Order: sequence, then structure tokens, then C-alpha cells
Amino acid sequence: MSGFTISRRTMLTGPAMLLASTAMPTLGWAQTPKKGGRLVLAADSEPRNLNPAIVASNGVFFISSKIVETLAEASFDGKDGLAPRLAVSWEGAADGLSATFKLRDGVKWHDGKPFTSADVAFSALQIWKPLQNLGRTVFKDLSAVDTPDDLTAVFKFAKPTPFQLIRNALPALSSVVPKHVYEVGKIEDNPANNAPIGTGPFKFGEYKAGQYYRLTKNTDYWGKDEPYLDEIIYQVLPDRTSAAAALEAEEIQLAAFSAVPLADLDRISKVPGLKVITKGYEGLTYQLVVEINHRRKELADLKVRQAIAHAIDKDFVVKTVFLGYAATATGPVPKNDPQFYTADVPTYPFDVAKANALLDQAGYRRGADGNRFSLKLLPAPYFNETKQFGDYLRQALAAVGIDAQLVNNDSAAHIKAVYTDHAFDLAVGPPVFRGDPAIWTTILVQSGIPDGVPFSNQGGYKNPALDALIAKASETLDTAARTDLYKEFQRQVAADLPLINVAEWSFISVASDKVGNIANNPRWAVSNWADTYLAG
Amino acid sequence: MTRTLTLVRRRLVGSIFVLLIVVIGAFLLLEAAPGDAVDAYIVSTGGDAGMIELLRHRWGLDQSELTRLANYLWALLHLDLGRSVTFSRPIRDVILERLPTTLILMVSATALSFGLGSALGIYAGARPGSLRDRFLSVASLALYAVPGFWLGLVLIVIFAVDLRWLPIGGIETLASNKTGLDRAADIAVHLVLPVSALGFIYLALYLRMMRAGMAEAWRQDFVLAARARGLSRRRIVLAHVARNALLPLVTMLGLQSAQMLGGSVVIESVFAVPGLGRLAQEAVAARDTPLLLGIILTSAVLVILINLLVDIAYAFLDPRVGASEAGT
Repeated sequence: MSGFTISRRTMLTGPAMLLASTAMPTLGWAQTPKKGGRLVLAADSEPRNLNPAIVASNGVFFISSKIVETLAEASFDGKDGLAPRLAVSWEGAADGLSATFKLRDGVKWHDGKPFTSADVAFSALQIWKPLQNLGRTVFKDLSAVDTPDDLTAVFKFAKPTPFQLIRNALPALSSVVPKHVYEVGKIEDNPANNAPIGTGPFKFGEYKAGQYYRLTKNTDYWGKDEPYLDEIIYQVLPDRTSAAAALEAEEIQLAAFSAVPLADLDRISKVPGLKVITKGYEGLTYQLVVEINHRRKELADLKVRQAIAHAIDKDFVVKTVFLGYAATATGPVPKNDPQFYTADVPTYPFDVAKANALLDQAGYRRGADGNRFSLKLLPAPYFNETKQFGDYLRQALAAVGIDAQLVNNDSAAHIKAVYTDHAFDLAVGPPVFRGDPAIWTTILVQSGIPDGVPFSNQGGYKNPALDALIAKASETLDTAARTDLYKEFQRQVAADLPLINVAEWSFISVASDKVGNIANNPRWAVSNWADTYLAG
Repeated sequence: MTRTLTLVRRRLVGSIFVLLIVVIGAFLLLEAAPGDAVDAYIVSTGGDAGMIELLRHRWGLDQSELTRLANYLWALLHLDLGRSVTFSRPIRDVILERLPTTLILMVSATALSFGLGSALGIYAGARPGSLRDRFLSVASLALYAVPGFWLGLVLIVIFAVDLRWLPIGGIETLASNKTGLDRAADIAVHLVLPVSALGFIYLALYLRMMRAGMAEAWRQDFVLAARARGLSRRRIVLAHVARNALLPLVTMLGLQSAQMLGGSVVIESVFAVPGLGRLAQEAVAARDTPLLLGIILTSAVLVILINLLVDIAYAFLDPRVGASEAGT
């Protein structure tokens, strides 16, 4: 766990940063918050559907989390890691069949209509459950939402549902959209999907395709004296080198989501007036994973999988591929997760001799050319780092006599090859840990997933004991017992290696010194920025 | 005049077949690419099997290839380009929004490379073999050998980051509410770097052609005649040598337009210019087949039109050409 946090600002350094769950609420830049101003930042992709209730993804949240709010947001110091937004309090029933949310009073939609529990009920039943990419899984047993009064919403579940899961899902899955806008016509075709109407500190201004998104201040926002900024402009900069140039030319003040490539960070951190910030993404951890196709007889052998795990030098990967901006992984839950992580799992230290011995024991001796067998290796193309790790893995495997042939595809082709066609032996994937293993982590190893589901177990792995454990955890209501089951889950995954977790990383922001209140929650880049300001 | 009309009519009839072949060919090529629009979409969202099925149905991707091609051609017959799945808007609108930007970029870059290239070509060709001739040849070839994105980045670092004379990218100042002449001036300032990056690359082509054409023309009898008549060297260069060397350049102009469209993909990305090239790149990544077909069709129409204009211009410049085609 070498420095995930390289920065010229000493206040940001400290190797424990990735583990920070209860860190300082705000970073004390030597400035007083100031009202007004236009924040211009880089955007590298252009989501068209901006409705976060339908599309719960970071690309959409990056823009719409300022417009459409969730029931609660992630927090460094709040109870259970949450801070209230549209809900002020929440409580799960002991039987797991209901959850009660008390809503914030005096909140208005951007079109002036009042926000009520009817909006929450509509969003949950008509959008999160049937249409949302993640909600379809988490809210599958939601049967009704009662609204005894305008400020109370009671979620009813057909089957006992752990409240810990619902709570952990709130920051990403609970975007509330106005019922009066969406109740007419087909939800998927609603024009508000492209020009969202919410309760957030900023209103949707305009979108010029290929150029920018503009958000303007909501003068009727419920937060006292918020927001600070008058305007937020997302300038579309498709070329990654141009984000760094735009920062240096002072045309933009912020590049989030690692819009500045890792290799440029060292240079840009020395530019006067710019700062490199590694905090503010703790709730958006990506995992570097070797996905394994267990249909290959060699890979179905545990000894071979153990050998591959031993052949990977995780420290080298963190240092070389991620230039230190990452941490080594031990299992399917990242080290920085405050609730579920356990270090008490089988580990596979880098040991080429042991890897070779394991492969010999498994009966795969080196041939005349020094190779034991050949594999098709498909690195996911979404990040530079996944591609680079693919190159590294090829070399690491060559050292133990496995000949890996790299197959490089673009995103759509990769998704189809791995998750629909299963035309891979090893793949490098970057699954996201979403705050609770039940949201989208257990699906990586669970059996019985239909073909074509992306970022799921498409490697043909089947382990009845692990499936039973996952099923038991999904219906265990007691938080402590549930947490223990997920610790056991980590142990079993690390022992049987359905996939190999190599490293964990998140994003980096580069910002002008003038931008204040950056990174003050674990999902900062996708939070509402009501308190973000520009110093004079 | 009737000769020109015959030429136009013949070309337009031929173009319909060309366009049909282009559309069907492009469609088949795109279908051969692995992954569809839903595969490209779920990269950033994930989703369960039910959601994926829902999307495929909504976007019409559960129909067979043949049905989709037939539907597309049928709609095209009614001049309907269809709807883009990534933009959820009519494709005609999406393309028309981007087309002017790409046209301005292309026309300006072509004007730069053609204008400056032929001027320098005349300058070099006026004294073939001289020091200035050799210097210009080497310098222009060096530019031609440079990759477009690299030239773009170097220009950005020098003129936008270090000197801060020009903006780093975009087509105009963001959300500035400028109108009329102010806006035109703003766009012009934003175009300086991308037009230079795109134009300088092709400059060498025109320079070398002009120079070679002039070297050829110097040996012609009419130059000897002009000399014998005692005309000044300047007059011989401009009115006799350069004018005759210009004809092949006009042909080149037509061919070059297609290449410019390709080159603009890279330049538009580097300079964040919202043009057709970048749209095409996005459409490929998103597997938005109808959108890409619309772009390819638009580009094909553009190239056909430009070449038609070049031929008409040629028919006027050199009557022998028009006569031979219209006469057969």
C-alpha cells in the first residue's frame, strides 16, 4: 500500500488515506468560501441520457448529481457513512419487510412544485425497480411504497431485505425524479431524461453536443446559503492530453475522474496554482481483476489458478502500472471499505519458483519451447491501466511457462467477446465495488447468471458452497451476522480463486488552487457540489 | 452550357448507384464488427439480462440484419435518416448541427494548403534547383511526414499553453452569448490552430505539384515564345508557367476533399472541435449504425458534389476535358 496519495500538499499525504473512513469532513484550504463564479471543468464523455434514476453510472452522476438528488449521500463522518439529502432519517423494520424514510420539508422541484413522498414512491416503483441498471437487482423485492403523509415514505418488501443493503445503496441508487413530469407518457422517452428536472443545487442549463453542458444556480435550493457557484460548465475535451493543457492554460479549473493521465501528474503537480488531489473517490473504488474462463481444463484446476496468482507481482503492478496511485488487493472487497473488508484471507505472495512448482504438480510440464500451454488474454480497453496490466500479465505468465496471446478489442467488442461469446481464457476487468457486496460484487463469482450480463460470472465457475453462502448473506437481516458472512465470502473467494484480485484504485482530480471544498466526501466528484466554491 | 448540364445529369444518375453501394457496403461492414449498440452502451452502466433484452428490443436490435437494412433503405427512400440511439434524436438534426463546423474547417484548411502551397510552389518553381526551392521542398515534406495529432499538440503547447495567444480548443467561447460579427471573430480565433494543423500537413502536396508542373512548363514551346517576345520574367512565371501548372492542382483539390474528411477526425479530437469527424468516431465506438451510415452518406454526397464542381470548373478552364466527356 505505497502512496496512493502523491501530492505536493503535505496535508493530503499519508499512506492511510485509502483506508480513511472517518477522515476530516472538509479540507482546510486557506481560503474563505466565496459566493458566485463559474466553474469550468473537463468532461471526457458525453452521456445523453442524464436521468440518474434510470442510469446509475458515474458518467451520468458526474453531471446530474448536481441537478437530481438522492435520499442520502456518502459521508466521511456521518452515521453508517451517510449524510442526509432528500431523506432526513431512515429506519429498517426488524423483519426486513419495510423501511421508513422521513423526507426533508420545504424542498421544491426546479419547476416550483413541491417535493413529496409521492415522488419517492413513483421513482422507486416506476423507475428504480423496473428500469434502473442497478436498482433492478437491489429493489427486486420492493412491492409497494406507502405514503401516509407528504413527508413519509414506507418501502414494503415482498421478501425480507437486509436494511444494511438498502442503506448502502442509497448514495448511488436512490435518485428521485418528479412524478408530475414523468407520469405522462413513456418514462424512457421523456424529454426530461436529456434535460433533467430535480431538487438539486443546480438547474440544467443547456447541452451543446460535442461542446459543453451548462448548469446554473438553483436560487430556491433548500440548503442554507447554498450553492456557492453561479454556474458549472463541463467542457467536452475528448483528447486526454488536452485536459492537462487546458488546466495549464487556465481555461478550466478542474479535471476530475483522472482526466489528466497518471503519467502527467508528476509534471502538473509542479505547475504553480494547480493541485493534485487523490481524495474524494473512496466510495468509487475500481478493482483490477483477472477474470478466468473455467471452461478451459487447465484453468479449472485450482493449482493452475494459484500458480497464476503467485506469478503476479502486485507491488510491481501498483508501482509501475498505477505509478503508486493504487493499492494491492487481497480479495473481492477493497481494503478501503469500512464495513466489510477483512485481511484474514489466503494470500498469494509473488513467488515464481512456487508458481512453476504448482504448475508442474498440476501436470503441465514445460514443452520443448519452454511453454506449458497457451492462453487467450483479453484486457478490457476502458482504462489505460487495464491495457497496461494486460501487457504485464503476458510477461508474468511467460515467466512461468504460460504463453498468453493478447487480444485487443474496443469496448463493445470486448464486452461481447467476454460476457456473451465467452471467447477468452483470461480477461482483465475493472469491476466497481459499490459499497455493498450484494449490489454488484457477488455476481462476479455466483453461478447461474444468464449469458450476456456484463461484469458478471461468465467464466463458467460453479461452486455450490459459495452460491449457498451468497444466498444466505442476501437474506440475513442482522447487520453484524451479514457482515460476517461477507467476510467468509472473501475468504472462500480468495481460497478458491474464481477470479484473481490484483489491485484497487480510484481516480485523481487536478484542480486550480482557487477551487474550494474539493473532495469533502467519499463520492465527491459525483455528489451535488452545493458547497464547492471559487476563491477570488 | 448544355454540355455542362449533360455532365451534371450524367453524374447525378451515376451518383445514386454510388451512394447505394456505399450505404449497403458500410452497413455490411458495420454488422461484421463485433458487438452492437447495446454492448457499447452497457460498458458504462452494466445491467442484468432483463435490462439488456429490454434495450435490444427498444433499439430494434432484436430484428434480423436483413430486416434492418431493408427498413433503413425504405426510410432513406423517403429521405429519412432515422433516429440515433445514442443521441435519441433524429440523425438529420445531429448531422446538420455538426456539418457546418466540419465544412468551415475543411474549406479553411483547403484554402490554406492550396493557397499557400501553390504560392510557395510558384516561388520555388520560378527558379527550379535554387536554394530556396530546395529549402521549401525539404521543409514542406517534413511537415507532410508529421502526424496530424502531434502537430496539433505542439501547436497547443506553444500557442495556447505557453504564449496564451489562442484558445486550446473548441469552436467558440463556451456559453458566451456572442452574436453576429463578435461570434464570427470568436470562431475565427478558435479555428486558427486546427486549420493550421490540418492545412500545413497537406501544404506539401500542392507545393510539390505546383513546383513539378512549373518545372515541366518551363520546357514548353510557348514559354520559349513568350521569352522571344521579350516578356518580363515575372510575367512569364505568372501568366504562362504557373497558369498551366495550376490545372492538375484543381484535380487534386477534388481528390483531396475526401482525404481532408478523414484527417479532420484526428484534428477534431485533439482540438475538441464538434465536427462530423469526431461524431463518426463516437458513432463507431457506440456501434450507432444508422448514425454512422448517415455520416458516411453525407460525406459521400459531399465528395461527389465537390468533384462535380471541380469537373465543371475544369470544363471551363480547359474546354477539351468537358467536350470529351459530354461527347461520348
